[in-house]
Amino acid sequence: MSDTPQSISDDARPRLPRGVRLTHNEAQGGWVLLAPERVFKADQVTAEILKRCTGEATVFDIVDDLSKAFADAPRERIHADVVKLLGGLAEKRLLDLG
Amino acid sequence: MSEIRIPAPLGLLAELTHRCPLGCPYCSNPLALEPRKDELSAADWARVFKEAAALGVLQVHLSGGEPASRRDLPEIVAGARDANLYSNLITSAVGLNGAALARLADAGLDHVQVSIQDSEQDSADTIAGYKGAFERKRALAADVVKLGLPLTINVVVHRANISHVVPMVEMALALGASRVEIAHVQYYGWALKNRAALMPSREQVEQAVREVETLRAQHRGHIVIDAVVPDYYARYPKPCVGGWGRRSLNVTPSGKVLPCHAAESIPGLEFWNVREHALADIWLRSPAFNAFRGTEWMAEPCRSCERRDHDFGGCRCQAFLIAGDARQADPVCHLSPHHRLVEQLAAVREDAPYVYRR
Repeated sequence: MSDTPQSISDDARPRLPRGVRLTHNEAQGGWVLLAPERVFKADQVTAEILKRCTGEATVFDIVDDLSKAFADAPRERIHADVVKLLGGLAEKRLLDLG
Repeated sequence: MSEIRIPAPLGLLAELTHRCPLGCPYCSNPLALEPRKDELSAADWARVFKEAAALGVLQVHLSGGEPASRRDLPEIVAGARDANLYSNLITSAVGLNGAALARLADAGLDHVQVSIQDSEQDSADTIAGYKGAFERKRALAADVVKLGLPLTINVVVHRANISHVVPMVEMALALGASRVEIAHVQYYGWALKNRAALMPSREQVEQAVREVETLRAQHRGHIVIDAVVPDYYARYPKPCVGGWGRRSLNVTPSGKVLPCHAAESIPGLEFWNVREHALADIWLRSPAFNAFRGTEWMAEPCRSCERRDHDFGGCRCQAFLIAGDARQADPVCHLSPHHRLVEQLAAVREDAPYVYRR
């Protein structure tokens, strides 16, 4: 199986579909993404990206917003992280690209 | 004895009832079913869900039997939502319709898993022992999608249907499922009565594994296919329930808390009940949960095996069933001194009529 992520346009408006949600849980040590019969632990960066997947903001907006929040990280790096994460989730049917 | 760090559980399997309209020959529920009069009330379940969430549980799997046999299912689903748990309904679809499903969705249901016995109507109804089941399942699956809920199709595979993996996945896609589970029969409980009639051959299993690989590549991004190699033909055992008392707990209809749903088949274990103990107490202190935590209980070859923290010695119930001792390695492991017994059992295959569960 190849690891090439699904290509994602800057205009896509990603959104967590019904049945997939991000939640914070102390006992599990932080952010978790709940999905059909699966649970993914989300690190801080992942959680910050997913919180912005509202179906309204475009990928471009999300990267912009994150660039402001994490001023010391280069924009290209943030863009690459966002696209990689969203592509992986879309492939697992855990994200709508709108 | 070294100290064992007890992690927080992630999932709770809530067996709401043992009642079920189907008669599947591979039913994994215990031989002695719990009667309706002993079932926990919706209020009991709401309390258990709150305690589970406080303990760290994130997802509750509403199962049975057929959970829709409970008239108060919407109230139970609301209890899960109020505890902020992700709720998953595991249903045969018989006993549910679109209107009832809409009430569950309103009550906060997050996901539905519908079991289908085969990709062809006649065969599916024969396996389920229920005429008309196939059409009702397809109709309910369509209702799930119409309501906007995510759908998983679960197909239990065995000798009679294992050659239909391709049409099964195509059926799941056509129904709008985002996930399909190809689950091989696990030989516990009632399924043991039909082992010879259900057991596939190694060639059938290997072909199914190849087909799943092709289907995964073909439908990548459209449907997630979860499938594992069946026990009896594996080289190493499965990390059963993610390790005993590590990730999940199972509450029976009457409130007994088990480390796995077949745990009562192991003699000598003491299970505590949610009617008498707080869930956290049961998780941390009940004798059954502590019986096989960590690695101290293990015998060789598990004790010194490099995989002992990966598969935890496999399934305790299977070790008891086949090797006669729950502390032994799961005999499906090729390193087990009892492994030849598994090979002998897998070689017993006969097309006998199913003994249905009635």
